[in-house]
Order: sequence, then structure tokens, then C-alpha cells
Amino acid sequence: MSSSIPNSAALSSEASRGSLGRLQLFLGYAAGVGKTYRMLEEAQRLKSQGEDIVVGYFEPHGRKDTIARTVGLEMIPTETIHYRGVALPEMDSSAILERRPAICVVDELAHTNVPGSGRQKRWEDVQVLLDAGINVMTTMNIQHLESLNDRVFHITGIRVRETVPDWLIKSASEIVMVDATTEALLNRLKRGVIYAPEKAQQALENFFKESTLVALRELALRQTAHELDVRGAVDAPEQAVDAFLRSRVPERGTRDKILIYVSADPSSAMLIRRGRRMADYLCAECFAVGVVPPVRDHGAVDRVDAVETHLNFARNLHVETRTLQGEDPAEMIVEFARRNQITQILLGRPKHRSWEVLMGTDLILRVVRKAKDVRVIIVAEHRRAPRPAGI
Amino acid sequence: MKVFLGYASGVGKSFQMLDEGRRRHERGEDVVVCALQPEYPKPIEAILANLETIPMLRIAESESIDVDAVVNRCPQVALIDGLAYENPPGTANAQRWQDVGQLLDAGISVVTTVNLQYLEKLQEEVERITGKRVSCAIPSGFLDNTADEIVVVDAPPGDTLWCEPTPGSAASVLAEAHKLSRLRELALLVAASVVDRQLESYLRSHGLDQSSGVQERIVVCVSPRSDATRMLESGRRNADRFQGEFYVVYVQERAISKREQDTLDKNLKYAGELGAQIKILSGFDNTEAILDFAKHVGITQIFVGHSTRHGLRTRIWGSLVDQLIRAAEGIDVVVYPQ
Repeated sequence: MSSSIPNSAALSSEASRGSLGRLQLFLGYAAGVGKTYRMLEEAQRLKSQGEDIVVGYFEPHGRKDTIARTVGLEMIPTETIHYRGVALPEMDSSAILERRPAICVVDELAHTNVPGSGRQKRWEDVQVLLDAGINVMTTMNIQHLESLNDRVFHITGIRVRETVPDWLIKSASEIVMVDATTEALLNRLKRGVIYAPEKAQQALENFFKESTLVALRELALRQTAHELDVRGAVDAPEQAVDAFLRSRVPERGTRDKILIYVSADPSSAMLIRRGRRMADYLCAECFAVGVVPPVRDHGAVDRVDAVETHLNFARNLHVETRTLQGEDPAEMIVEFARRNQITQILLGRPKHRSWEVLMGTDLILRVVRKAKDVRVIIVAEHRRAPRPAGI
Repeated sequence: MKVFLGYASGVGKSFQMLDEGRRRHERGEDVVVCALQPEYPKPIEAILANLETIPMLRIAESESIDVDAVVNRCPQVALIDGLAYENPPGTANAQRWQDVGQLLDAGISVVTTVNLQYLEKLQEEVERITGKRVSCAIPSGFLDNTADEIVVVDAPPGDTLWCEPTPGSAASVLAEAHKLSRLRELALLVAASVVDRQLESYLRSHGLDQSSGVQERIVVCVSPRSDATRMLESGRRNADRFQGEFYVVYVQERAISKREQDTLDKNLKYAGELGAQIKILSGFDNTEAILDFAKHVGITQIFVGHSTRHGLRTRIWGSLVDQLIRAAEGIDVVVYPQ
């Protein structure tokens, strides 16, 4: 058990970029808004300026206008992976590394590779290219951002499985919003530009409902604005830090530090995402803390494992983690918070708690009572019957 | 009318607008170009070569839309690059947006481009960023009534991404880049708020819950019993950081002492200074009143203070805090120490 909190600056991959490749992300809010089209336009423009640019992966989707934009660009052939008797194309990272272009175009960052590929996720492939000093242009839709997973679930009823961690997006040098009106998008879908008819019908029942699209569009616009805000705050020259940037109220005390209490309850994943997002918006440091019993009796094994799984998830999102040993989680959390100048404690609201409230053992009330000078935030999940994952 | 909104010239509004014209033309819509900039890069020239153009009228050194010719030709769609131009003296309308109004009245759809700084309601915000204000802004009323669709044209300023930054770039260059970045952010937020209103009215008209909304909306609950200064400030800060809306509510209580009234007045006064939208609620049950309000406007974070001065059991258990925690589904309850 450690009591000191190391400087979280080490987490910021921005700080350690150095001679690594730069990442440019074209962000959209649904299939068919024109991300790939915009990216290829940009690739063509860079090529005409003499840049050494190749296409590492391109998803044609049978879209005529988009395919036309690849004409004249060097394409790196995909690698064929055989899986359950089907031959599937995946990006050939080794071939790209060998070719060593200055800029590589990689469509669909959130894609999950076929089992048997070198890496599980395309974003991991992209990282390898960036590490090798190759600049990457890529595309993604807002619903694939990890920290928005619960929000997107609430809006769409769909649990998106292909997610990209926020830290990778934070490390992008540039994010460009590819916008289109929802009217235009629905028209495109109906004209069959985006998907083949059967798939279009399925899409209309899932992501392509008007209210869903409008909500996702707003999410994407706000996310892009936020990314600019964060970058602006970092690059701003002293004299240009104007009223627009600063909050209207003076910052009192030091920067916020957020503690996320991680338990065995499945809602911990949601809590971690929410905490990560909150930390990003408030420019705060963020810790995920689990409490396990000091003696590992037989009954506790499952719970300890579940806590560890959640802490692992937090680490994947670049949230620092701590495991504390003790009998009383409320006591441990507040004690940790006090020692580490935590300003906000994030707790989930378990599904059933009236019994604990009556017994006086309720965690939330005990933390609120003990944490005299720390804000306690209780995050309640929306209740919504999950629907099977769609497109 | 469809508007392509950009944050500066050179971000690609003209290209995106004209490219949309091209696609519509290829789908068989009757598209005509009615207003152009004097000069374009090659890719745009290529698009224009395949579109019908109605030449502009030339007076002295400047040009204006040939409104009569366009109305006579009566196309389905008129492409107008640059909505915020001033017409040369001697033209029937002083401003181009007035010409466009005439085309819309004649039943012609318009697809056009505009830069952020020409929108009347953003003048102040833009001036705060750039220190400059344009003279010929487009009135908000015109856009509110005519712009059915708005698309933000987002692009990084210049070609800075792929070239190594020059060491020791002049501070003025950095400051300029910073300004552009702020304008860019503003354009995105403007579009987001337009989209937010669209979402809100959609949810309302379909009888759907506002919690499917996207924008963060923060409410701070103030009481006559404690000084809410810090809670209000932190609510304001959260609202700023999340680019959200900021509300302050007070659920009316009967018979409060003079001292409590003073505290309440002070709290509400400060809330006003911080730019909160203040709502005075009434109801027998505090929790219910607050939650009704929260659901109605789509609140995402409720800030509430808890006092340690009273017996803890009664204060917390069965108190406002606990009732809120129990009932506030999908809303974060932020319990603030007081």
C-alpha cells in the first residue's frame, strides 16, 4: 500500500511525444457523414504538395464518391487473415513500417482485428506506426470513445463494444470534426449511399434514428470543442490567455484531485469512465482506489478478483490505481483522501441500499459524514433495459 | 436555407458548399451558382466548370448577385458563396443577406457560407477573442427565421500539423494561432447549441425524457441556512469546464428568520453575479420540487450542501441529500461540505 501520489504528468503522452509520429483524427458522429472522404481529400492535397503519403487501410463500403478520392494515392496491400474458413483483409502494419512513409492514412481507428492478427485493435497498430515516427491520419465516430460508452448506451440503447481509450485521442495532435446535418445523413442512407438496402433498414432501427443522430452530433461537436480547449490551454502563449479561457471565478486552492472508489459492483466500470471524463474536463488528477480485506478468506476471493479486474480497466484508461487493505472501505477511502489532498470522491449508487441505510452501514452516508472537507459525488446509473448490439 | 459555418476564411467552406452543389447536381437537382469569390484554387475551379453560373453584376470594383436574373431563371437550388457581403452602393439592397431573403421568398432553396464573426449574436464573443468587430453583421432574426440547417466546417488553421514547428516562432504567430483556435472552438460550440435546441424540441415533441440530452446542465441548490459561496463557485466552474448551463434553485420555505433571509439573499445575489439562471421553486416536498425541475430541464449534476451542525442521523438519513441520492436516477449528486 502506497500513500504518496506520483506526479500524473508522466501519464500525459503529449509530454513524451518527441520524435514520434503525429496523429490527426477525423471525428464524425455516424457512418456516412464523410469522414473518409474528408480525410482522403486532405491526403490528396498533401500528396499534391509533394508529401510522401500512403494509404495503409481504406474501407470502401462501395461508396463511389469516396473510392474516387483514392485515385492516384499509393495503397499498401492489406494482409489476408484466415479465420474460421473466411479470408479477411487487415492492415499490414509490417509492410507499412518497411515502406516508412511520412504520412499514413488509416481508416476506422476503432476497428477490432480478426483473431489471429498481430494485435487485437487497429488503434494498437496505429500506435506502432506512431512509435516508428510515422504520422497517421485516421477516422473515428464519437460513439467509440471509451469514456462516452455509458452516455452512448443511454442515448442509443446500444452497448458499443469497439472502443478507443481517451488517452489516445488526447495524444492526437489534431482533431477535426466532420459535420453533416442529420437530414442530409438520413437522406444519404435512404438513397442507399451509406449501406446496402438490408443493412440500411437495420441501421434505421439502431443508430440512425433522428433523435439518436442529433444527440450523437451534439456529443461530437462538444467533444471536438473540448479537445481544442484542452490543447489551447496547453499551447496558449502567456499574453493570449484571455478571459475566454479562464473560468469566470477565481480558482481557489490547488488543482482538483478526484478519487474513484472501485468496488466489486459492476457499476464500477461506469464510475471509472465518468471519473476519467470528469478529470479531463476539470483538468484534474484522478485515482481509482479499491479496498480489499486484509485477510483473504475464502468468501472474499471473488470480490477481490472483481475489484482487481476493475482496477485493470482503470489502468487501461490511464487512471492511476491503488489497492488499500482494510475492513472498513468508508474509513479507508476518507483516510486516503485526507492524506492525498483529494478534493472529490466519486461513489457509485448500488442498486439496493435501503437495508444498509437502516442499519447505518451504508457506505455513501458514512463517507459523506466522514469526509468533512471533501466533495462527495454520487453517480447514479440510468436504468435502461439493454438491447442487443446492433451495427 | 442551409448554412456552412466556418471560423475563418480558408478553412474550406467554399469547397464543401460547392461540392455539395456538385453532388446535388449529379443527383438531378437544378443547381445554379449565384455568387462567387473573385478567385479559387484548382479543385474548386474543377467543380465550378460543371455547374451553371449566373454572372454577378459588376459595379465599380465590387459585385452583387443578379437577383432579377436568378429569380427569372428560378432554379431549385442557388449556391451563394459568402452570405455576409456588402453590396456596392446603388444596389437595391445594401446587404447580400437581403438579396438572399428575396431569393428565399421566391421559393428558391439557398446553400451558402458564412464566417462566425459576421453573426450578430456572436459579435461580443468574437471581439473578446480577436479584439475586432466587423461592421456588417447578419441580424440574428434573419438567420433564426431562414437557416433550417447549419453545418460547421472544421479544419485546422493552416498547414501547421505536418511541418515541424519553427523553433522560437514569433510570439505574435503563436498568439494568432491561439486566437484562431478559440474561434474554432466557438464555431463548434455555436453549432452544438443549435443542435441542442433541435434535440430538445425533438424530445419534447415526441414526449421523450430530456435525460437523453447531451449538454451538461448543473444546478446548485441553495438554502437560507448556509453560505453557498464556495458551492456556487464550484458549480460555475464545472459549468464552464463542461461548457454547460448553470442553474441555481431555491425551494421556497415559509417563516424564515431575518438572519436566514439575509443569507439567502446573499446566496441568490452571488448566483446572479455568476450568471446563473435562478429559479425559485415551490412545493411541499423539497426533493420532489428539485427533481421535477431537474427532469424538466435535463439536469446532469445537482450540487447540494450538507451541514454537520445538526444531529447527523436526522440530517442525513431521510434528509434532502439522501432522498436526492435515492431518487436522482442518471443525475450526479454532488454533496458539498458546508
